[in-house]
Amino acid sequence: MPVTVKTFASFGEAASALSSDRSARYLGGGTLVMRALNEGDVSISTVVRATDQALSRIDVASSRITLGASVTFARILAERDLAFLHAPARSIGGPAVRNMGTVGGNLFAPSPYGDFTVALLALDATVSVQGGLGARDMGIEEFLQSRERQSGALVLAVSCQRPASADAFRYRKIARIKPKGGSVITLAAHLPASGGRISGARIALGSMAATQIRARAAERALEGRSLDDAAISAAAAAATEGVSPADNALGSAWYRREIVGVHLRRLLSGLE
Amino acid sequence: MTKTPLQFRHNGRDVALFVDGGVNLLVALRELIGDMTPKFGCGQGGCGACSVLIDGELHLSCLTLAETVNGRAVETLDGLKDGPNLHPLQRAFMEQFAAQCGYCTPGMLMAAKALLDRNPSPTRAEVVEAISGNICRCTGYEPIINAVLAAATSGRARA
Repeated sequence: MPVTVKTFASFGEAASALSSDRSARYLGGGTLVMRALNEGDVSISTVVRATDQALSRIDVASSRITLGASVTFARILAERDLAFLHAPARSIGGPAVRNMGTVGGNLFAPSPYGDFTVALLALDATVSVQGGLGARDMGIEEFLQSRERQSGALVLAVSCQRPASADAFRYRKIARIKPKGGSVITLAAHLPASGGRISGARIALGSMAATQIRARAAERALEGRSLDDAAISAAAAAATEGVSPADNALGSAWYRREIVGVHLRRLLSGLE
Repeated sequence: MTKTPLQFRHNGRDVALFVDGGVNLLVALRELIGDMTPKFGCGQGGCGACSVLIDGELHLSCLTLAETVNGRAVETLDGLKDGPNLHPLQRAFMEQFAAQCGYCTPGMLMAAKALLDRNPSPTRAEVVEAISGNICRCTGYEPIINAVLAAATSGRARA
């Protein structure tokens, strides 16, 4: 069924069009919305686009980095100053998908996709959205919890603090096909340390619930401790707390629960 | 429903057409222009059979809204040969028996071209990475990888 395509030069106009029409979807890189149209999704009758360059800006000048919603994974990989995000960007799709898929779109990618968002959740990113009532910044957790209600809002950018060291941020995606494949489990950990002790750990999991979630019990198990075997074992043992994975062709819920602790242990131990 | 006018360069030639809203580039190429080289595989971005180059960058035409290529250059397998002369990649695919059923071949060739245009001397691992978005259900990956490496070598020999 043909849809109406509305293209706007400014993101403000696109956001207004999006918020005023329940059947409108924003088209970023196309990997989600065009797929839905190809599958005959009749809930979409209007496609909204914005050609605004502001949405494709990358700002790496300070310790807080900002990525416009239209920034593709290929552009992140081409940016030397974003090395800490290269592993999550590289774990997504093949080269064509990375040339198309965007940071903003990934926030809406359903399980078993949305790997980049797992990294952003561990990094405590802020999501800037423009809705009918204006622009506002929200924490990524709040954004993900209300994701179903966010489809009428336009994501403008995400920002996060750069990790203090390369070792402080770790990412691991378990896929059956390498180098490309849907996620069995995706894990990311931000482990800030102060005086050799972990302070403010954030561990994020993908494909372990309806949206990307934090492994809060595992985070608590690391708090105030050095990253030694005992702390890592405690975190790994707590990894299944609060998870509600689904069965799909890539793995059963049972299998995901069985292996999440194993992979968290490997991530925290720095093993490949 | 109104149609949208669309103009772009298709394998070096200007084309103008009208598309329905929401039509993807693969449909525009195959059904409106008659270029049957990009294939429909999954329509989900999973198989790579519809891969084309847009302004030299590898894209999946089934996930590209047709009107987003307005004013841009689209290259498909149909434009790879130079008159009667096959492209070195096509020759290498033939010589290395890199096509079995052939359905993935147009996408494989465009993914390989995107790689060699950017990196004329890839390693085997880089070739594997470059075609990682393209599925060959005959599972003939080894001859395909060998063909891309052979094309790179023959390209360097001519340069």
